[in-house]
Amino acid sequence: MKVTMAHGSGGESTSKLIKDVFAKYFNNDILNKLEDSAVVGGAARLAITTDSFVVTPIEFPGGNIGRLSVCGTVNDLLMSGSKPMYITCGFILEEGLDLDVLENQVKALSECAKEAGVTIVTGDTKVVENRGQEAGLIINTSGVGFISDDAESIGPSNLQDNDIIILSGNLGDHHAAILAKRMGIENNIKSDSAPLTDAVNNLMAQKVRIHAMRDVTRGGLGTVLNEFAESSSCDIELYEDKLPVSSEVKDFCGLLGLDPIYMGNEGKFVLSVHPEDADRALSIIRSSQYGENAAIIGIVKKNNQPSDMHKVVLNTNIGGKRVIGLMYGEGLPRIC
Amino acid sequence: MAGFDIKKIAEELKNYDGDEVRIMEVCGTHTAAISENGIPSMLSDKIKLISGPGCPVCVTVTAVIDKLIELSMRSDTVVLTFGDLIRVKGTSMSLAEAKGEGAQVKMVYSPMETVKLAKEDPDHNYVFAAIGFETTTPVYAMVLEEAVKNNLDNLKLLTSLKTMPEVIRYVVKNGGGIDGFIAPGHVATITGSDIYKELSKELGIPFVVSGFEGAQLLLTIYSLVKMKGKGGFKNLYKSAVKEEGNIKAKEIIEKYFKAADASWRGMGKIPGSGLILREEYKKYDAGSDMLDEDNMPPGCRCADVLVGKIKPCDCPMFGKKCTPDTAHGACMVSTEGSCYNYFVSGRR
Repeated sequence: MKVTMAHGSGGESTSKLIKDVFAKYFNNDILNKLEDSAVVGGAARLAITTDSFVVTPIEFPGGNIGRLSVCGTVNDLLMSGSKPMYITCGFILEEGLDLDVLENQVKALSECAKEAGVTIVTGDTKVVENRGQEAGLIINTSGVGFISDDAESIGPSNLQDNDIIILSGNLGDHHAAILAKRMGIENNIKSDSAPLTDAVNNLMAQKVRIHAMRDVTRGGLGTVLNEFAESSSCDIELYEDKLPVSSEVKDFCGLLGLDPIYMGNEGKFVLSVHPEDADRALSIIRSSQYGENAAIIGIVKKNNQPSDMHKVVLNTNIGGKRVIGLMYGEGLPRIC
Repeated sequence: MAGFDIKKIAEELKNYDGDEVRIMEVCGTHTAAISENGIPSMLSDKIKLISGPGCPVCVTVTAVIDKLIELSMRSDTVVLTFGDLIRVKGTSMSLAEAKGEGAQVKMVYSPMETVKLAKEDPDHNYVFAAIGFETTTPVYAMVLEEAVKNNLDNLKLLTSLKTMPEVIRYVVKNGGGIDGFIAPGHVATITGSDIYKELSKELGIPFVVSGFEGAQLLLTIYSLVKMKGKGGFKNLYKSAVKEEGNIKAKEIIEKYFKAADASWRGMGKIPGSGLILREEYKKYDAGSDMLDEDNMPPGCRCADVLVGKIKPCDCPMFGKKCTPDTAHGACMVSTEGSCYNYFVSGRR
């Protein structure tokens, strides 16, 4: 069975699609009421975010668009120090999409929401004409997280002198997995798409003094740290020998001329913590889910010069210093 | 690499206080590796590293881009290209911009995809933008081998192929006084190291064949500093580069291509510095003859950058009008380009 324009008409086909596919997996008391809007309990301070997910191919080693669309939104909520509670999801389906494909993604989304501890409270479906090639789908998710009253303010402009920079795991896995799949290259690289709930909750519960925290997605570590350095008027020194990258991703990048520092991940975060809390934070992340390869990768140095003078500098393995600037272009592979 | 102490070498290079030494790397991958390893920060001010004309995208003239755009605008033709080339400006636009106006341009990761696409879709002509040095040419020859075997009439190459030795002579004659060359490691894998040995004798300038690891590059630079004024030749990349090169790759290149004059961006036509398809395979040519026009944007000093007369940051447009996001010259587009590498890694 394929998705047709009738599935988006609002009529019987739409009801059947909701019943057969969405309600089957998104089953909870709030959603089951099928009201025009979900009515939920709240907190004094909320974190709210939205993200749209477009990825080719929709199934890739280590993940799929359904899982990705929960991880992206949940991780964004976590990074503000909030506890993710509710998500909404909007599906835009292309005419001709296989219903089995849709069902697999709905199932993956629902499973990942359970893993991340969030409730899917409302959703929407539209059908659009096929824009050519294979019919696909786009998912938008929005999320709400509760911020506890005593949570310290966490943000990119809050880095302090001598803060320690910690990365929660290997760089580049998601980007490399997608690229390899698109190129038809067979290897064992898997996307790291994962909700970071366990690691972040543990850090918060144990009152680690986190000054800034960001998930390392598009643009990679280089982009995140440049934003930190500029917002907080500081320099960041990194150590090449401390950067966690799997040997397979390293080889893959070498072959294509890609730099793991600028590659996207979907289940990694970087944080700047008070130096006295660094070792504790590292062991908390390492013993949390998806954090086994976490590493201390650098240090923050306050720099009171004008903002365009703030640098992220990598101390290379042979003793050189390389400035990690902003990423330009689309991270395209080199020619030879 | 046993037998040398990297710390000691690094220390000597940092404290070097002799006459200025100007060293050119003639390979885009070396340019990128030098930046990635932070090597410029490890050298004394008296040791200057200069990027040469070894990035294939950077030395491609605008006529080639213009021709590709013209082909991609035809309803029956799809142009296939590597990623870097897609953003390089021709006379008035890039392939990426042409795509926005409806041109059929597709980025691929391997030229061999051309064969697959041409087989699957006989109603369209598939043209691969075959640019590059000796390193990439064997792959284009393999594409042709498949095209011949499968009798594919809808597969063509637009070639702009360059070869190494002649352009080095050009740089020595027209450049800014080079004291030593880091010979291109990937190209030497195909051509063999002998041609650089001969060049070092002919020009009286030292050549060292190097791999791409930071420590080996450092040792290469150290060797060239020591060899300044004395000439000589060394191959530090013996694990990959043989004296005679890769015979099989050379044979397949020879089967489909022959030596010809080639136009280099900012340098004009250099005799015997390129390859074109042999007469018997001309039916696979998408119109590569006479693509010599080179309309560089006003103010662009790519030519002086490519032969080492000026550093990228000495160009008045560098970092101002010309950044990787607003690139005027190809050297700022390609991730192997000297301007791009200077810009993103903060080299000045």
